[in-house]
Amino acid sequence: MSATMTATLPRLLLGIDSERALSLEDHLAVHGPMPVLDAGTRRRFGRHGNPGGALVQEIERAGLRGRGGASFPTASKMRAVMAAAGKPIVVVNATEGEPASVKDRLLLQSLPHLVLDGAVLAAKAIGAEEAIVCVCETNADLHSVQRAIGERRCLREGVQLQFSVVPNGYISGQESALVHHLNGGPALPTFAPPMPFQRGVQGRPTLVSNAETLAHMAIIARQGAEWYRQLGTPTQPGSALVTLSGPIAHPGVYEIEHGASISSLIDAAGGLSATVRAVLIGGYAGTWIDARAMHGVALSDEHLAPFGASVGTGVIALLSAEACPVAETARLMRWLADQSAGQCGPCVNGLHAIASTFAQVATGSAGAGAAQNLARLISLTRGRGACRHPDGAVRLVQSAAQVFGEELANHAAHGSCAACGRHAEMPLPAWSNDAREDRTRRTRGLARSSSKLRVGARA
Amino acid sequence: MSRRVVVNPIACEAHGMCAELLPERIALDDWGYPIVDGRPLSAEMIEHARRAAEACPTFALLIQADGTPIRASSGASQPAPPTVRNVRRRPEPVIRRQTRSDLRR
Amino acid sequence: MSAVLATTTGPSIAWYLTRATGTVALLLLTASVALGVLDVGRYSSPRWPRFLLDALHRNVSLLAVVFIALHVITTVLDSFAHISLVAAFIPFTSSYRPFWLGLGAVSLDLLAAILITSLLRRRLGFSAWRATHWLAYACWPIALVHGLGTGSDAKSKWMLAITIGVVLAVIAAVCVRALRGWPENARLRGGAIALSGAFALFLVLWVPSGPLSSEWARRSGTPTSLLPHATSTRTAQVGR
Repeated sequence: MSATMTATLPRLLLGIDSERALSLEDHLAVHGPMPVLDAGTRRRFGRHGNPGGALVQEIERAGLRGRGGASFPTASKMRAVMAAAGKPIVVVNATEGEPASVKDRLLLQSLPHLVLDGAVLAAKAIGAEEAIVCVCETNADLHSVQRAIGERRCLREGVQLQFSVVPNGYISGQESALVHHLNGGPALPTFAPPMPFQRGVQGRPTLVSNAETLAHMAIIARQGAEWYRQLGTPTQPGSALVTLSGPIAHPGVYEIEHGASISSLIDAAGGLSATVRAVLIGGYAGTWIDARAMHGVALSDEHLAPFGASVGTGVIALLSAEACPVAETARLMRWLADQSAGQCGPCVNGLHAIASTFAQVATGSAGAGAAQNLARLISLTRGRGACRHPDGAVRLVQSAAQVFGEELANHAAHGSCAACGRHAEMPLPAWSNDAREDRTRRTRGLARSSSKLRVGARA
Repeated sequence: MSRRVVVNPIACEAHGMCAELLPERIALDDWGYPIVDGRPLSAEMIEHARRAAEACPTFALLIQADGTPIRASSGASQPAPPTVRNVRRRPEPVIRRQTRSDLRR
Repeated sequence: MSAVLATTTGPSIAWYLTRATGTVALLLLTASVALGVLDVGRYSSPRWPRFLLDALHRNVSLLAVVFIALHVITTVLDSFAHISLVAAFIPFTSSYRPFWLGLGAVSLDLLAAILITSLLRRRLGFSAWRATHWLAYACWPIALVHGLGTGSDAKSKWMLAITIGVVLAVIAAVCVRALRGWPENARLRGGAIALSGAFALFLVLWVPSGPLSSEWARRSGTPTSLLPHATSTRTAQVGR
């Protein structure tokens, strides 16, 4: 592990080229050679003490947490997979169903080898010999990944890299949904237990990891945990990729250290191009924070917790003062309700009812007691689905009720405002219009035999 | 060993028998779906809980012991996790749930 | 003369029992279908909670199975027609009215499939259970036609009344079942209703010229030695 790299940004985005993907040669020139680990021997957890190779311990020391939104400690997940029975398998989750986030797409497009490094390292550490990179349909045109897989053949790493296309959908990237798809079913969540780390793809213990998490793993393996912890906060060390959007001079993906203030990020992005009313943090199923409170906010879970927010998928979506926050929230809420898998009654009915009630408030057609009804529906819906989708959607509405209280009261009393009819600021993906059944039918993933997979293209 | 009642929200189709048979732990929401109280079951309740789990037409009600789900009927091995073959039809994305009120004839 | 009749060619207890249990089984199966439709239709009222209807459906069905078991046993035990146990399960292998009895065997096999999958529901999984349960809609009409074809009571008024009653009940149940959730899968539902109407029409056309006709015993495949005119000549000779 070389100590040549200084503890500053960029780390993941080091050497990134906006025109093309970094080839294997360039990637190794930027980051150094792949580290050699002791083979992660598979030992039953608990019988022989702390299992796992040096990498898992290093990741635990570095305090790496998942970057797919749940922020689960990566080392714990790896240990759980190693402790389960069966031959493990790694799944790289680059589906990025969150519309406002493009960081995973960027990683695959420009830095595929960084992600693949992480996938290979994770596989070796847990004793897996296969890794499947999953992308959603809209990103299926990223030939960079397949090319990168082809380039790595010469390395003879002992880990078979495969590629799978997942149907578009907000919840397609949910862990159990992804595993369900890879097993030949629809990309919809399943009821746990068993968790993917116990029985996942083909009934094997599966490590499902976000693409960015694996990218971090690749640099931790090279530079070490102490180096990694030089940035970030003690509770949330390291850096993260965030997607900044809205009335800003240069929107896009930025690499920040955890704990950086939103103001510094806005400055780095060239400053605001219009007055901002509020910012949506974490994703569309995230939390609104008032612009007046925004400037003191630091981007780490610890600092965002008092606002009921978390870094999540790293979405920082600014909303200009000219837009109608109520209309935007109503739109997002309706979209989130439509994105429900449709499997759990409380989610299907609850989100629909919440979206309808909120829309009624937005147009002034809600009766008296709508606020209480909304609060009641929120408490009825939260936590009663098989996945966390209803929880996220509910969080959006709840934070909207807190931050946009004034606008909501105006809308309830007087109906739509002048800004309601404006062109929407928060973009929704084009595939939203496709019926879910069509999306599921169009692509098929791993069947019982892996020979049906589309393996990485020949160089 | 404490036992609690847990519902598989994907399998649940809002038949509502569980709430009738174990009202101490299960209530129904506006749409007929169970709101489960996660508190441990008392000794007298265990039999009722087993009966409720047995009555569920879709096997959605489970009795969980210390984090491990066990079968409603005693002694048998754990059911296989839902595979593609056992996944029954999932409802349309369009809301078409029967509420309790329109079930009454 | 009646005393002589009774000792030579009178029907055994088993024959009466088989007719009785068969009729009761038909009534219970009809009740089971009706309750099943109410169950899947999620009918409930303050006095009839869901679990009650569900348990009633299960118990009535089990009772029907018991009566069908008795019906089969008494049929086998009866010395009049010599129907073997094998013929009760393997269709169309009996010597007595093979086709019509065979229908009974078909119905029994379908019922056995439904019974076994229901008892092993948890192990087999929901889909297997649900798919097999649909066979109930085939089992019932086959059982009814079996009863009309084989039964000795077809011509009696009370049996006719029962037949009309159960047919109306099941057609009503099928319509209620098919209309629940209309207009999803409209073709399938319409087809089901049309099929039940066609079945009723078939019965109306067939029964008067079939089971209700005087020659039915001979046409349906009763072995000649067992036909009424053979026995009546023998008793006539004795009587004289």
